[in-house]
Amino acid sequence: MASVLDIRGLSHRIGDRPVLQDVSLDVAAGEIVGLLGPNGSGKSTLLGLLTGRWRPAPGTVRFEGEAMEGVRRRFAAQLGVVFQQPALDGKLTARQNLRLAAMMHALPAAEAAARIAEGLADAELTERADEPVETFSGGMRRRLDVARALLPRPRVLLLDEPTTGLDEASFRALWGRLLPRIRERRLAVLVATHRPDEAARCDRLLLLHGGRVVREATPEALLQEVGRDLVVLHGDEPDAIARRVAEWDGALAVERVGGEVQIVCEDGPTLLPAVLAQFAAGEIAMAALRRPSLADAFARLTGETLDGDATPGEALAS
Amino acid sequence: MSTATTGGGLRWDWAVIRTLWLRDFLRLRRERSRWLGIVLQPVLFWVILGSGFADSFRLAGDAETDYLAFFYPGILVMIMLFSTIFAMMALIEDRQSGFLQGILAGPASRPAMVLGRLAGLVSMVLLQTGLFMLLAPLAGYPFGAVDWALLLLAIVLGALLLGALNFAAAWLLDSTQGYHAVMGVVLIPLWVLSGAMFPPGDGLIGRLMVANPMHWMVEAVRAGLEGSSTPAAWAVVAGLALGAVVAVALAGWVSRPPAGGGGGSA
Repeated sequence: MASVLDIRGLSHRIGDRPVLQDVSLDVAAGEIVGLLGPNGSGKSTLLGLLTGRWRPAPGTVRFEGEAMEGVRRRFAAQLGVVFQQPALDGKLTARQNLRLAAMMHALPAAEAAARIAEGLADAELTERADEPVETFSGGMRRRLDVARALLPRPRVLLLDEPTTGLDEASFRALWGRLLPRIRERRLAVLVATHRPDEAARCDRLLLLHGGRVVREATPEALLQEVGRDLVVLHGDEPDAIARRVAEWDGALAVERVGGEVQIVCEDGPTLLPAVLAQFAAGEIAMAALRRPSLADAFARLTGETLDGDATPGEALAS
Repeated sequence: MSTATTGGGLRWDWAVIRTLWLRDFLRLRRERSRWLGIVLQPVLFWVILGSGFADSFRLAGDAETDYLAFFYPGILVMIMLFSTIFAMMALIEDRQSGFLQGILAGPASRPAMVLGRLAGLVSMVLLQTGLFMLLAPLAGYPFGAVDWALLLLAIVLGALLLGALNFAAAWLLDSTQGYHAVMGVVLIPLWVLSGAMFPPGDGLIGRLMVANPMHWMVEAVRAGLEGSSTPAAWAVVAGLALGAVVAVALAGWVSRPPAGGGGGSA
């Protein structure tokens, strides 16, 4: 598949602090590539370099095979961006906001009117099109912002933490609307997120840690690496619990992640009662069995949680 | 990576200038309370301050000119100043609220974004000064005596100069509190020392007033109102034009994307 966006060796530093180091990735038409990492891992910096927020950095960026040097404006014209904060004017109505977006891309009036009507319908805001955006809920603003980003029919869509502040229902509704559009218009999409459930919707993931790509794989491959089941234990002395559990058969890996001990295993339902039987009453405050998530995969590969908490040590057994 | 651009981007530049200009008017239409400030504020300043000082103010060697007439050009410059302050507070809010990031990520250039903001500002100034000019005959400036070309150029170029300089300051400060400080410590004192409220004297304050760029705005506006189309008045307008060009270039330069460093292993 030919890349729409091809990035090689991109680096950036703010002052003396490197915030992005030698990052390479490519995104094909119709593909969703995720940048998964906690705050400060370099995700938004990478998107900021693509949107012109900062001046050139070492590395190369190619858009549809051409070096960015010569096609910067064409790239920007083919770019839709959903920022962490919606890029809307709260004093204006939804329709007026979309009208400004259409004007900014120099769309002819008739075409602009048709796209605005379609965008409002897509965002389910037709009936509130002439109300000021400042009266909208967070979910409505986000839907409108997505409609704004899609209005110029971009070839590339950048989503920077697009579901920040949304509840679960709004999160699902937003992706439910967005995914069909991405597929039918064959958009090349780059998503920056720290949400495992958002990352799971990507075709491919780059795990960013300290400004570096530490792993590139599909969500499925990353989940397979974590193991089939995850037994999670909480207690007053997690280090002692982890040391004891690490000695047993049946545990593929044991890790301290934040205040909990995670046991990666093939057969959680069998392992969990066996583990609990080894401890005296009160030693384990809480035990749970769950499927591993991409957050677990990230923690395993980087030693840091997606919330930004460092895990206290390396894997204790593997 | 480079952000160098090729030719052919002018239509996007023009599009963003129109977009930002239109936005200012759409906002004005929706914010009806702003009309109170636009229409009433200059009138109140002129009538209250002008009437208050009228009895105690006499121009040296000119017993005829009353204070309301003397103060009137200063109010026109005050409109430019207050419109500029309002527009630059809005600019800072736009950067903080996220609206501007959509513009900056688009295909237009940064200078086009600057010009779009300034186009909106100049239009607001023209609207407000235009409304206030309806009172000019009451202040002793009959419409027939006004040199409209001189007055229009003085207002447009003065607003551009003030707007662009303030754009640069607001962009660098990126904080409404910081900009408030600039307003209180620099802008308002500059207006007070512009000759809007009293003419320059012979002392230190007088010399400071003559060196104040806002003084030349007041003088150019006064010349336009009085129909004094003298070479000196046009020289002031030419100076304002030069200052506006430099200030717009400065605003474009200041608003360029910040540089990041390179190196992958430091």
